[in-house]
Amino acid sequence: MLCPLAINGWQYHEEVDVLNLSINGKRHALDLDPQTPLLWAIRDQVGLTGTKYSCGIAQCGSCTVYLDGAPVRACITPVSDAVGKEVTTIEGLATPAGQAVQAAWRELEVVQCGYCQSGQIMSAASLLQRNRKPTDADIDQAMQGNLCRCATYARIRRAIKVAADKLAGGAS
Amino acid sequence: MKTDHIVNISRRRFIAGSAVSIAGLTLGIIPNVGAEQREAGPGIAGQAPETAGDFSPNAFLRIDGDGIVTVISKHLEMGQGTYTGLATLVAEELEADWEMVRVEGAPADAVRYNNLFWGKAQGTGGSTAIANSWEQMRRAGAAARQMLIQAAAKQWQVAAGEITVKSGVLSHAPSGRQAGFGELAALAAQQPVPETVELKDPKAFTLIGQRIPRKDSLEKINGQAIFTQDVKLPGMLTAVVLHPPRLGATVSKIDPKGAMAVKGVREVIEIPSGVAVVADDFWQAKLGRDALSVTWDESKAFAKSSEQILDDYRQLAQKPGLAARTEGSAATAMASADDTIEAEYSVPFLSHSAMEPMNCVVRIDKERCEVWNGEQMQTSDQHQIAGLLGLEPHQVHINMLYAGGSFGRRANPAADYLLETVHIAKALKPGTPLKMVWTREDDTHGGYYRPIYLHRMRAALNDQGGPHVWEQRIVGQSILKGTPFESVMVKDGVDMTSVEGAANLPYEIENLQVDLHSPELPVPVLWWRSVGSTHTAFAVESFIDELAVKAGQDPLVYRRKLLRNHPRHLGVLNLAAEKAGWGEPMGRNRGQGIAVHESFNSYVAQVAEVSVRRNVISVDRVVIAVDCGVAINPDVIEAQMEGGMGFGLSAALYSELTFREGRIEQSNFQDYRVLRIDQMPEVEVHIVASAEPPTGVGEPATPVIAPAVANAVYAATGKRLRQLPLRLG
Repeated sequence: MLCPLAINGWQYHEEVDVLNLSINGKRHALDLDPQTPLLWAIRDQVGLTGTKYSCGIAQCGSCTVYLDGAPVRACITPVSDAVGKEVTTIEGLATPAGQAVQAAWRELEVVQCGYCQSGQIMSAASLLQRNRKPTDADIDQAMQGNLCRCATYARIRRAIKVAADKLAGGAS
Repeated sequence: MKTDHIVNISRRRFIAGSAVSIAGLTLGIIPNVGAEQREAGPGIAGQAPETAGDFSPNAFLRIDGDGIVTVISKHLEMGQGTYTGLATLVAEELEADWEMVRVEGAPADAVRYNNLFWGKAQGTGGSTAIANSWEQMRRAGAAARQMLIQAAAKQWQVAAGEITVKSGVLSHAPSGRQAGFGELAALAAQQPVPETVELKDPKAFTLIGQRIPRKDSLEKINGQAIFTQDVKLPGMLTAVVLHPPRLGATVSKIDPKGAMAVKGVREVIEIPSGVAVVADDFWQAKLGRDALSVTWDESKAFAKSSEQILDDYRQLAQKPGLAARTEGSAATAMASADDTIEAEYSVPFLSHSAMEPMNCVVRIDKERCEVWNGEQMQTSDQHQIAGLLGLEPHQVHINMLYAGGSFGRRANPAADYLLETVHIAKALKPGTPLKMVWTREDDTHGGYYRPIYLHRMRAALNDQGGPHVWEQRIVGQSILKGTPFESVMVKDGVDMTSVEGAANLPYEIENLQVDLHSPELPVPVLWWRSVGSTHTAFAVESFIDELAVKAGQDPLVYRRKLLRNHPRHLGVLNLAAEKAGWGEPMGRNRGQGIAVHESFNSYVAQVAEVSVRRNVISVDRVVIAVDCGVAINPDVIEAQMEGGMGFGLSAALYSELTFREGRIEQSNFQDYRVLRIDQMPEVEVHIVASAEPPTGVGEPATPVIAPAVANAVYAATGKRLRQLPLRLG
């Protein structure tokens, strides 16, 4: 049966399920069920493994990526939602906020096991994109969806402030 | 101290023309073991030994022609900074340029890469990585430095004594000659291995004691670090396993049709632990499992509830168990005491819930099995896999990858998830790489939990308010029974890991009795970051607080008196109290609590400040003092104190795994709750200066926070909470 679906203005037919994605500025044509979570398209089809699987139900934030610059949990986002949008993963994070966050993460040695850190960094960079001078309360609110079992939270808070200072021109 | 034999294996590397293309210096320190121990056996990898003292091309350190120093880590990096710490020890004595140092995971080998505290077994755990490597890694670095000096002396025709080494450069001041490690590596490899090595005076340390950068940071912030979950091999398939709904349930019927109809699904395979769905990728395998129909026979399945288990334990605690420690006569003293204090403490089952759920990649070929895993117990896993496949252990090659947390879960003597993967791969075409992935729900239900424990505490006070009798009865499953560790660590029926932190009570009490019941349950249990101390510290440090209250004394002063002869306990206790401002007024609904505990030969004290509003406990600030001997990297130690405490705070306030009629009630992070950033207190760490040999830092902060918080809640509210997770109202 031919069943047309309209998703984000793109026309699909179940029998023709090649999806065109743009990830970190590079185009990928994927032969996938449109309901496949974006996470698995990124990891298993495209082969970018910096975006992590941990909970699968948007409880931990390890899979955070951007769709047109806005953070989403890739584990519950159907890949079809990404069609026509620019997907940014940790491998393609190149915004000034992203770079400031990564530099601060190194400076403060935030990482331990590291598994959640791609998601932490994506969330932190997104926060700084919206709010150049976040308070502790802003940070807690923006970051409470990102779990870290190593509990690197104290350093994450400090590193976000260091990154904010870097963005403001290095004044601390 | 055992003597080791340092062997230059780079010569054989040249002769054998091995795959390593860059000429260089490779050193191995071969444990001084008898020939009989070198026979093929559990955990001896690689080819058979050729000549005595020279096993195979392997080492702790390699210097390539381009000057890169590669430190080979026998220990897993699961977050605790182990790679950085081991490399620091080597680089310190080698006088390497830290920027030029890389770290690589060692293959499995019980003889070359054994944990020196564990005998002939390789593995990472018990906070031993740095402690057991302290001399070994420095000696590896020192020997290489001496050989580089010999090489330079030869090349420059100068006296070795006139050559100095600094930051990866050898210099001869009188002639003005200089050379980097890389330039001299090939010649250094031809030098005789020094019979003895001289280690640096600690005063001359330039890396040890400094906050030098971690070696794993960069690749973990740019998404390049490879965990087991990230391994992708040509032709690799992915498996997801449907496990029984309850422990002990068995498959009675499988209908694979639904699963097989899912695009990409290749096979449905029954294995001992359940039914595997194998597909081209994870999502297909997961959809296949969703569509799989399995009827289970639950007639013999586990059917107990957590409350029932605790009730049973409560009954057991009425009777004496096996003695773990006896001083004086607690029974007599208790019988004649006018006034006794009694309390019961309990803790639930806990899942490790590392951010990376359990997973494993294997490829089985004829006479060889290759494994990719965040590998915490190499040689035990190697032995288990070899046994299942009918191979010799050395035919099982293990690639040690980063682990996305572990907290003990990847150190399972039963090798559960690894064997599960091997069972599936065995059913596939030989040579097919297979990745087995647990979903978060599988991981939560996957067993090998921190056991439920119940402690019955009794004491009586003397005229000065101090305890003259203390009785602690511990009830809970043995972790080690039935494992290869049983023969060493279960003594007269007492599992040392069930009583650690209680049997070695530092408080001086005349009549002391600690005993243990180890009831059996079908629930598989395992060590969980800080093991026995996860429950013993809670019971002991809460109860001592109760005694202080009963005696009308300040909990800090009370502890000090009983720790007169324990300077390292006192050192951290006093430091934490001072830095925290112990005793300052806290205001309404706020309180301070203190606790001190030794685990893994490290000493940690914590002062917690809590606020209680509408029965919600918030931990606002935690001040930690630690004595872990020589502080190799203060920044890594601080990170472990912060994170170890945070890990313990999850269990103190939120995490709980409960059985109801044999089913686990939690499944994912929405109901198996763990600490989030908005619940993380401000934290300060203070390190006691020490020249003692270094001891562990991965675990010792974890057990101290629950009693510190419980004691603070008491100070704030007058309510004594004796069950974890702590709940008011």
